[in-house]
Amino acid sequence: LWKFMSAFQQCLSPWKFQHPLSQQQFAEEERQWEATEVKEADRVPDTMQTPDVPPLTPAKDQFQEELVIRPLHSGDIYASFQFRTMWDTDFLRGSKVSHYRLFPKSLGQVISKFSVRELHISFTQGYWRTMQWGQPFLPSPPGAELWVWFQDTVTDVDGAWKELTNVLSGIFCASLNFIDSTNTVQPSASFKPLGLGNVTDQRFLRYAVLPREIVCTENLTPWKKLLPCGSKAGLAVLMKSEKLFHSSFHSQALHFRPVCQDWKCKSTVWELRQTLNVVFDLHTSGQGKRGERSLKCYSMVIMQACVVFPLQGELFELSPTTPLLSQAVVLGDRRTYSVYDLTNQATFGQTRSLNMLLRWRAAESGDMLRPLLHGERYVAGYGLQTGEIHTLMYNNHPYRAFPVLLLDTVPWYLRLYIHTLTVTSKGRDNKPSYIHYQPSKDRLRPHLLEMLVQLPPNSVTEVTMQFERALLKWTEYTPDPNHGFYVGSSVISALVPSVVAMDTNSTRECPLFSSFFPCKEESSYFMRVYTEPLLVNLPTPDFSMPYNVICLTCTVVAVGYGSLYNLLTRTFQVEEPSPGLAKRLANIIRRLRGVPLL
Amino acid sequence: MQAKAGQFFSSGHTNNWAVLVCTSRFWFNYRHVANTLSVYRSVKRLGIPDSHIVLMLADDMACNHRNPKPATVFSHKNMELNVYGDDVEVDYRGYEVTVENFLRVLTGRLPPSTPRSKRLLSDDHSNILIYLTGTSRWNGFLKFQDSEEISNVELADAFEQMWTKRRYNELLFIIDTCQGASMYERFYSPNLMALASSQVGEDSLSHQPDLAIGVHLMDRYTFYLLEFLEDIHPASTANMNDLFKVCPKSQCVSTPGHRTDLFLRDPGNVLITDFFGSVRKVEITMETINLTAPMVFSIEIIIKNYCNQ
Repeated sequence: LWKFMSAFQQCLSPWKFQHPLSQQQFAEEERQWEATEVKEADRVPDTMQTPDVPPLTPAKDQFQEELVIRPLHSGDIYASFQFRTMWDTDFLRGSKVSHYRLFPKSLGQVISKFSVRELHISFTQGYWRTMQWGQPFLPSPPGAELWVWFQDTVTDVDGAWKELTNVLSGIFCASLNFIDSTNTVQPSASFKPLGLGNVTDQRFLRYAVLPREIVCTENLTPWKKLLPCGSKAGLAVLMKSEKLFHSSFHSQALHFRPVCQDWKCKSTVWELRQTLNVVFDLHTSGQGKRGERSLKCYSMVIMQACVVFPLQGELFELSPTTPLLSQAVVLGDRRTYSVYDLTNQATFGQTRSLNMLLRWRAAESGDMLRPLLHGERYVAGYGLQTGEIHTLMYNNHPYRAFPVLLLDTVPWYLRLYIHTLTVTSKGRDNKPSYIHYQPSKDRLRPHLLEMLVQLPPNSVTEVTMQFERALLKWTEYTPDPNHGFYVGSSVISALVPSVVAMDTNSTRECPLFSSFFPCKEESSYFMRVYTEPLLVNLPTPDFSMPYNVICLTCTVVAVGYGSLYNLLTRTFQVEEPSPGLAKRLANIIRRLRGVPLL
Repeated sequence: MQAKAGQFFSSGHTNNWAVLVCTSRFWFNYRHVANTLSVYRSVKRLGIPDSHIVLMLADDMACNHRNPKPATVFSHKNMELNVYGDDVEVDYRGYEVTVENFLRVLTGRLPPSTPRSKRLLSDDHSNILIYLTGTSRWNGFLKFQDSEEISNVELADAFEQMWTKRRYNELLFIIDTCQGASMYERFYSPNLMALASSQVGEDSLSHQPDLAIGVHLMDRYTFYLLEFLEDIHPASTANMNDLFKVCPKSQCVSTPGHRTDLFLRDPGNVLITDFFGSVRKVEITMETINLTAPMVFSIEIIIKNYCNQ
């Protein structure tokens, strides 16, 4: 009890310091809680319903929110918020949708106007360190990434894409209007639809990445406004920008796609997922060592949510503990989660607040499972004329080889020499079984390279390509050209064999008939890994004003004044040339000989 | 004639817009972003909604990797006031802040795919506040992102275009930069009032550095302007003459200037909230207006009611 009280006080005091209106806010939240209690009845929760409640007419839209907090082996905390709105409506055929309840109206109007089937947009600050942190739930590259599948009824996909990016730049307060044909590609294999639908013609797919795009509160504000209750209630109350951006990794994304309504899949519903993934750094958040950590010390007012913790009993313990434990296979790894269902009043107990305390047991962590697929990329070479892009793909599976799809989008000002493309694994040449290459056109199109490469087990595969840097026109340089130019991350997509399937221990207890084939829960799962973006210096003219002014002035003065001075002061005189010494001697000798003079 | 006389005494505006621009890039120009955000904060607090504010920030200071306190922009050392806040919408950011985009926003000549939040959808009953801050090394221009300039002639012509296209009712122009008074020398359109932080030949100075953040946090003129505006509330009756007194030479080191010769009304009658706030005038009428009657007829009734006041 003492520990809990001290943790509570520890929570409360910094909270009060940061929020001078804390008392008022607390009271307001309490009032809010009472009001929403009434509303909860007409929403059908996704979890099981108690049998004595009479069956309600299922609402056409549902909302569900979840927060997963996972302590990572490096001591950092990974928090993943997911907000899902499912809506059974017909955006495309039939009457125009005019009544929006949980689904955000601004997005609904955009989707129906541009006939969008799938939309995935993410804004990320920081780079996900796979080797230290493991796999993220939803990967995203640094900067802004947008990929869209249009419906097959769209006739002018390029026009719709351009307008869509402009509209989204207004909605999310980001410079998405810089997406144009110079950074848009149509990947043929890497970005298949994540929802339902049988249209896979890449003409309706557009993919663009802006690696320079920054994420800040100005992007979080409109993102939060798309949630049904904004940031006033629910888990979104925890999203304070000062905490979220003081982190090693911050990614907010929006995924829209059609999914099956139920397991029979007779009809489809539209699913909108808003996700926020944050990794809080151990050192910057003020606690230098892994001791007691009080997480998110706020009083929580939740509508319909559950908080999920993966439980690894030997590493740390949670308080207060919960009886609800669930097991799930996530990313090929079987994990146990302790679930706090915040719709259930029993979780809160007597107080209206829930304070989580995470205490690390051991000083060092155990062995983290090495991620099976991992990628790196860097630029080699020197000087400002040529260079080489190296992409390394690591396969850490001890005995299984698997194929990966590598997608590279390189801007036109790095002129790739595809004849220098080499793929080597374990020192030997590794020929890709499928290559789709689209060369660039200056100022029109970037390079697109997609390859299917088989990665041998426990190996590093290296893909190298040489390039030449182009000299841009002086108006095409950004205001800070000496910072460099960014090249977007490479995307490595693969179906990775599952670790769970690898585990042969669990087959010993099972009956013989089920353990013959190695397919247990999931034999392989889909994974996407993003490499680092590259920062490349292009040959830049010297834009500095004093240098240019001095050069220009000196040239003008030298040429102008010098010529004028010469014209004014130079006079021409005819002069008798005196013969040289050799000639004079020769003439003397000739006179003596009586021969004509020179 | 009656309408004109009426306008002489009251503002006659029905909506408020604000265009707030910070034109400098790089971390050491933190103070310009803080200037713009403090005016943004005041304008939002006094009632102008985000949909009526066009905020242009040329660089990101809040989430800059050099910022020791991410997602914050402070106006005062000791980090008392976070002007960035939790609810901010930036319409033009980074490389989008160019002279061309600024002039296009003012004149309304934007490509058709531009979203609404990036447009200045003002009409002839709009009062617009335009705030510019940045660096300018010489008189007559303002530098945008250290790579291009806008001259005072271009600005004056843009305002004239706005006047001929009836895009404003009254316009207040504030500029915080070195030799700021040179920027409003060339204005010639009616109903313009201008304020600048320094006269021609003078430099505008910054206020105070913060040792933790490592840069100067704000410029003097805007710092005292923010202090002045923090005391204004939506029902305040402070007028423009009070605004002219903000930051005298003893505090600002430079001499702030203003120009009111193009403005029709007397500055003493102009409320601060006419430009900084969004105070809507509600006219209560006792007569019933028939909306089903033909359009011309109903307009006649409305005009009669207005003129009879």
